[in-house]
Amino acid sequence: MFDTLLQNLINAMQWGSFYSLIALGYTLVYGVLLLINFAHGDIVMVGSYIAFFVATLFLGHYDLFPVALPGPLVLALTVPLTMILTALVGVTLERIAYRPLRRKGAHRLYVVITALMCGLILENGNLALLGASRKKFPELVDKVIYTAGGVSVTNLKIAVILTAVLVFVGLHLIVTKTRMGMAMRAISYDKFAVPLMGIPIDTVIVFTFVLGSSMAGLAGILFALSYPILDPYMGLSIGWKAFIAAVVGGIGDIRGAFAGGFILGFVEIMVVAFFPSTYRDLFAFTILLIILTLRPTGLFGVPKTTKV
Amino acid sequence: MKLLEIDHLEVAYGSIRALHGISLEVDEGEIVTLIGANGAGKTTTLHTISRLPPPEAPRLTAGDIRYRGQSIVGVEPHDIVRRLHIALVPEGRHIFGNLTVQENLKLATYARRDDDRRPADYDRVFDLFPRLAERRRQRSESLSGGEQQMLAVGRALMSGCTFLMLDEPSMGLAPLLMYDMFRALKKLNRAGMTILLIEQNAHVALQFAHRGYLMDTGAIVRAGTSAELLADPLIHQAYLGG
Ligand SMILES: Nc1ncnc2c1ncn2[C@@H]1O[C@H](COP(=O)(O)OP(=O)(O)OP(=O)(O)O)[C@@H](O)[C@H]1O
Ligand SMILES: [Mg+2]
Repeated sequence: MFDTLLQNLINAMQWGSFYSLIALGYTLVYGVLLLINFAHGDIVMVGSYIAFFVATLFLGHYDLFPVALPGPLVLALTVPLTMILTALVGVTLERIAYRPLRRKGAHRLYVVITALMCGLILENGNLALLGASRKKFPELVDKVIYTAGGVSVTNLKIAVILTAVLVFVGLHLIVTKTRMGMAMRAISYDKFAVPLMGIPIDTVIVFTFVLGSSMAGLAGILFALSYPILDPYMGLSIGWKAFIAAVVGGIGDIRGAFAGGFILGFVEIMVVAFFPSTYRDLFAFTILLIILTLRPTGLFGVPKTTKV
Repeated sequence: MKLLEIDHLEVAYGSIRALHGISLEVDEGEIVTLIGANGAGKTTTLHTISRLPPPEAPRLTAGDIRYRGQSIVGVEPHDIVRRLHIALVPEGRHIFGNLTVQENLKLATYARRDDDRRPADYDRVFDLFPRLAERRRQRSESLSGGEQQMLAVGRALMSGCTFLMLDEPSMGLAPLLMYDMFRALKKLNRAGMTILLIEQNAHVALQFAHRGYLMDTGAIVRAGTSAELLADPLIHQAYLGG
């Protein structure tokens, strides 16, 4: 009994880590721009595909790079390259879709609809370019299973959980300690006064998208390593869930996104532990709805004032 | 020497014109005040100088703004601060309430390139407003209105400005604090700071400034030295309650 509980906790932490990594991206962009970037889940999907192509390139699948490097080295190259390329996708989206609307002072509703459309374009663009066949992400590191009593955990799960925690700590340091972080917090409170401090707003916004999208890329790699079948719609469900996790935590607050992701992970796994797995999403979302009814601003959210 | 020259400036919010060809000048080392009724276009003028994008500032439709002889119409708002050292203390303060006092001041230094002058500027701010030094670690949204105004001015100084524009810095301040604020501004001016000030209280403003402009519905209707304006019957009647 205790072993099952512990096993469930570990699984919950793994899913919580995915949700957290993605929720952090939602919350950063929202905190700075008050924009719910509904394309974010699809950016995770793009991250997985970028990781797939980078990894298979270094595994020597294409004529462009005819040597096969060893798996761990491929992983070490795939992580930074995927993060950089995914960040580029996020920044491009900001540049061509969101910035023109911001310049024109468009109402937030139009920006949100634009974000939804961007997501659809990413999904269908992928479908058009690569076809409907699914991709199988290569295995880059050998799976190691550690067992203690009746509980087992893979090296991959440990890596996923550690990454989420490290990313959160790093992000927290960036937001609280660096110049850019301070400028991000300033924008979230009063966008009007930021240029009056000599700070270019667009630079801060691009930086925010770089952070959010590179984390989406990281989540994409880790997800592909854990669940190696890729398809163009893989970002949808996990993206929506991460968004809800961010809202439950208090959107705009990075502690909230981190906590919200893990809460969602735990709720889901616990539902499955006691009920048929088809009940998972129904129960999980009902519980989250109850949390939101009790605390409409989310767990860490305060009405207006601080975000990020 | 002419620092700022506004030349037949016309601006509009959408299709509604807000400034109908105003001209004004500020010389280096001067204190100049803009007075006028609510809605006259005073804030609009300062926002246009700061080159804030719409919707904050309206679109410039005609005329020119020159600073040190060069047109600044195409300059980005952050470069107005960073390169030209023109700072605006906006109406309503707009301090970053989620940051501490210290962080607000520090944020304003980020765009600066002259690292060596920063310590002296901190000293100057804390010397002018000792209360800010006491409350350095406090979240700035918990400051009193007067302290927030000091912070808004202090923040502008930390940006390294040499030309300071203030939009109703005395708003909401008790008389005693208001005089403190003006004393501080006077001290800055004696040390070389050029000041362009919007003020509701025409009497106080004209006692403090060297020269002034009276605005009404998007136009400048009087210009002159403070003494001339104080003696002007129109101003006397409409703004000085006599
Ligand atoms: N964002 C805006 N959109 C449309 N019209 C505006 C905007 N801001 C100001 N106006 C209009 O422009 C005119 C000038 O306004 P402005 O704020 O410059 O006046 P002001 O002299 O600063 O007044 P106050 O003393 O009340 O601060 C007013 O008629 C106002 O209604
Ligand atoms: Mg005004």
